[in-house]
Amino acid sequence: MAVDLVVNVALAGVLTGLVYGLMALGLSVIFGVVRVVNFAHGEMMTVAMYTAVGLFTAFKLDPFLSVIPVAAAFFVLGYLLQTGLINPFITRPEHSQFMLLVAIAIIVVNGLLMAFGPDARNVQVDYQLESWAAGPILFDKARVYAAGVAILASGALFAFFRYTRTGKAIRACADNYLGAKVVGLDVKHYYALTFGLGSACVAVAGCMLILLVDVTPSLGPSYTLLAFVIVIVGGLGSMGGALLGGVLIGLSEAMAGLFIQPSAKSMFSFALLILVLLFRPQGLMGRRP
Amino acid sequence: MSAQRRAAALLALLAAALLALPLVANAYLLSVATLILFFAFSGQAWNVMMGFAGQLSLGHSLYVGLGAYAAAGLFFHFGIGPWAGIWLAIAVCVAAGAAIGFLAFRFGISGVYFALLTIAFAEFTRIGFDHIGWLGGPGGLFIKVEQRQAADLLNLRGPPVMFYYVMLALAAGAFALCAWLLRSRAGYYWQAIRENEEAAQALGINTFRWKMLAVVISAAMTSFSGVFFAFYYNNLFPETIFHISRSIEIILGPIIGGIGTLFGPILGAAVLTILADSITDLLAAVGLEFPGVKQVFYGVVLLLVVMFLPHGIWPALARRLGLDRKS
Amino acid sequence: MERSTGMNRRKFNTALATTGALAALSPFGIVRAQGAKLKVGVLLPRSGYLGFIGQSCQKGADLAPGVIKTLLGVDIELMNADTESNIDTARTRAERLIQEGAHVLVGAFDSGQSTAIAQVAEQRGVPYVVNIAAAPQITEQGYKFVFRNFPTAPDLVRNGLNNIGALFQATNVVPRSAVFMYVNDTFGLAMSKGINAFLPRLTNLPFKITESVPYDPAAKDLTVEVSKAKAANADFLLLVCRLQDSIILRREMVKQRWNPMGVISPGSPGMYEEQFAKVLGKYAEYCISNAPWYNPKTNMTKIVDAAFKKQNPGEKFVFHATNVAYTYESILIAADAYKRARSTDARALADAIRQTNITDRVALGGPIKFNAKGQVEGNLSACVQNLGGTPKVVLPADAAEAKPVFPWPGYKA
Repeated sequence: MAVDLVVNVALAGVLTGLVYGLMALGLSVIFGVVRVVNFAHGEMMTVAMYTAVGLFTAFKLDPFLSVIPVAAAFFVLGYLLQTGLINPFITRPEHSQFMLLVAIAIIVVNGLLMAFGPDARNVQVDYQLESWAAGPILFDKARVYAAGVAILASGALFAFFRYTRTGKAIRACADNYLGAKVVGLDVKHYYALTFGLGSACVAVAGCMLILLVDVTPSLGPSYTLLAFVIVIVGGLGSMGGALLGGVLIGLSEAMAGLFIQPSAKSMFSFALLILVLLFRPQGLMGRRP
Repeated sequence: MSAQRRAAALLALLAAALLALPLVANAYLLSVATLILFFAFSGQAWNVMMGFAGQLSLGHSLYVGLGAYAAAGLFFHFGIGPWAGIWLAIAVCVAAGAAIGFLAFRFGISGVYFALLTIAFAEFTRIGFDHIGWLGGPGGLFIKVEQRQAADLLNLRGPPVMFYYVMLALAAGAFALCAWLLRSRAGYYWQAIRENEEAAQALGINTFRWKMLAVVISAAMTSFSGVFFAFYYNNLFPETIFHISRSIEIILGPIIGGIGTLFGPILGAAVLTILADSITDLLAAVGLEFPGVKQVFYGVVLLLVVMFLPHGIWPALARRLGLDRKS
Repeated sequence: MERSTGMNRRKFNTALATTGALAALSPFGIVRAQGAKLKVGVLLPRSGYLGFIGQSCQKGADLAPGVIKTLLGVDIELMNADTESNIDTARTRAERLIQEGAHVLVGAFDSGQSTAIAQVAEQRGVPYVVNIAAAPQITEQGYKFVFRNFPTAPDLVRNGLNNIGALFQATNVVPRSAVFMYVNDTFGLAMSKGINAFLPRLTNLPFKITESVPYDPAAKDLTVEVSKAKAANADFLLLVCRLQDSIILRREMVKQRWNPMGVISPGSPGMYEEQFAKVLGKYAEYCISNAPWYNPKTNMTKIVDAAFKKQNPGEKFVFHATNVAYTYESILIAADAYKRARSTDARALADAIRQTNITDRVALGGPIKFNAKGQVEGNLSACVQNLGGTPKVVLPADAAEAKPVFPWPGYKA
């Protein structure tokens, strides 16, 4: 097998993995702190993608620019969703949380179907199909941009949780719910804040993903599953872990596709998940739950 | 009348109604009733793992698919009928369930992680079966429909009725089995594990063994669903039978009806199936027939039930009917 | 029909029993309406993962009553049901339609769902005309009431490969190698098997398959697959795909700067669809697909086209060619049989359908005639190429709207 083929595939795997990681970032934040199993994650991202498409169609707004208003809107949405609907479910058993979010997911998916119809939508920007060439190695422009945003976003989140007061407060709530309450932190507010942050991440991911994938109403579920796989592999609540998990999944799928059988490449992600669950359930960069 | 007596009377009434149904129902109602019983049975099987032993499985389609393919494969390639094929189906599902259970419990995986593990196994198997040419691969496995030719087309006692009674027998059997299990030692140990596993362990209960038992029984029961499905629809595709939406379909009934209860899965299956059909009819009558509207309504109902009836419909209903038992 | 809310078990049982009793008192099964309208039950997946295609097929059904009334003088009443892309729903809805008096059923696009409906139809003795479904097993069961007017998967493979041979002859090009990429689903698998079986025997297809790259239909990223295919250095790309992945693939080809002689599909959806053209713009040009299609030169096609335009302003018939043509024809078959049988009795209708011989039709191929198994032989695939933003029929020559272009411009050996 030619070297440049392997290098190109590996590079693509890493870039794609970074985009996946960006997609999973929001889930890591929410799951890691609020411990809510957000099975509507993919659907939220789908809504973000439709929003980006809408803004592009109406105002010719490049998704890179729409990131800011969409993320802000989703922050508010996430905050309200948490305080309004999800908060009472935190202490409920997992299957109740699961059902709540499945119900929300069903409503969202079919609401989108009613609103937009089953056709796929997308944005069309100039650089979407372009690539840079370094000899035989090709860099897909759109993916590089999205990967860049992924790294920036996770860096920003990491800094937020490490160095700001609010960030530290949120981590405290995550580490020790009771202790945080005792110390006088408004846990409910911080949970809502986290959900808002996570939702904003999802929005950013959606705006980036629309450059690479067309959106349909039923796009969500496969991304939800992928996000969970990445978060588990990378480690709950770890920003770097989400990216690392994404890269691992992207790379392993690419290599499996190249050397074994492309149509079976997803099996490797699930095999990886099973292995991680068995041997290192806290994930690669997570702390022991 | 004591609660027990009342329960027995209602149970007898239900049994009589179900037995007599084909005599009064038309073919459409019969097909709906068969579907309800199918989901009641599958839900009951899932309930053993979740409601009794507290392990959330979101990948139960794995056992449906394995059971279906085992029996269908034998029939398609060797002409072996379902009454023999079911044994292979049970064996395969027990093996799969045991493997998952062993891996999970040995390594201390529970809660959400366990649920994700079950999803991973189901998805892994789905893609895997897409590559098994011997069982049809993505092109599907089609069983020759021979019984149809012998069927008396205009007679109500044709094959669909047979399927109804088979499913009824399965559902009744599952109900009896679960009732017996709940009252047996297993039932009490499971309750202990469900309430507080660490305390149960401290009391000397071998939680590993009893959790494995729940998983294996659940898997074995679900294999029957698979075999029934294979011979009722006569075609199998990995993409649909192992799909996560099928797993979700199975668990909706018990969750809405009431986890851990005997009637929960049955009631839930009935409510959901009839609800789905009713919404379609309602929307057609009002003229709101856009694709997606029905599912939105359906989702809203689910949402309301989950929010306001967290233990499912059955417990509240049982109280109303005066069937409350100190369980 | 009465419905209970199921909130009370006793009420549920009583309601069920009452409903059953009432239903039992009404005439069993099929309502024998003498004269007037033919009730056609239309089962299509208008929601769920096949929603897009189901809605496209529905357009063919919706325009049928008007056109058929004008052409045949037959009154048709459509009874539409959504199978929701789900086999359980397909079966119960079929039972429901029959219960409500449908004389004939048509549908349901998906092979699995069609199989379930076929069993119901056969069991209840109601004729069922499959509009679109390629699994050969549907007409291999010895059914007396199930008919299909659509090529089976083996037919599609054979027709597609024959067309490709004709294409090379028409353009005077002889590619020596092809890389075969296919989606790992029913079509892809059938095509893969068919190519292995037929290709060595077809002497007018001199090319060799240098590499086979199957891919997951659910994959959102096909970088690896395209890299692998590109590295095979073949003359052209033989592709079996679906809509979403065809778009991802073509995009990836551009990003990876892969410029073969062309992209040809021996038989699959995707490249001729509206979304493909809309999203890819100039990159959609010159892609070739072989698919069951309408015959642009026949009289009935022109009539259906006009009706389509009227009912769907702003949409183009060409982007719903297969779905509309074959769905319309399934209802045409029912109406034509009704006209000859002069009765809505199921047996009479089924016998009449068996005698069908329709020569003036929409779809490309011979006359609509059912063989002993209830299958129409002689439905052909058209070779369509994206030219000027829409797919145009380029082969067979007598139905062609334009001349084929192969290799595509910009190809450098």
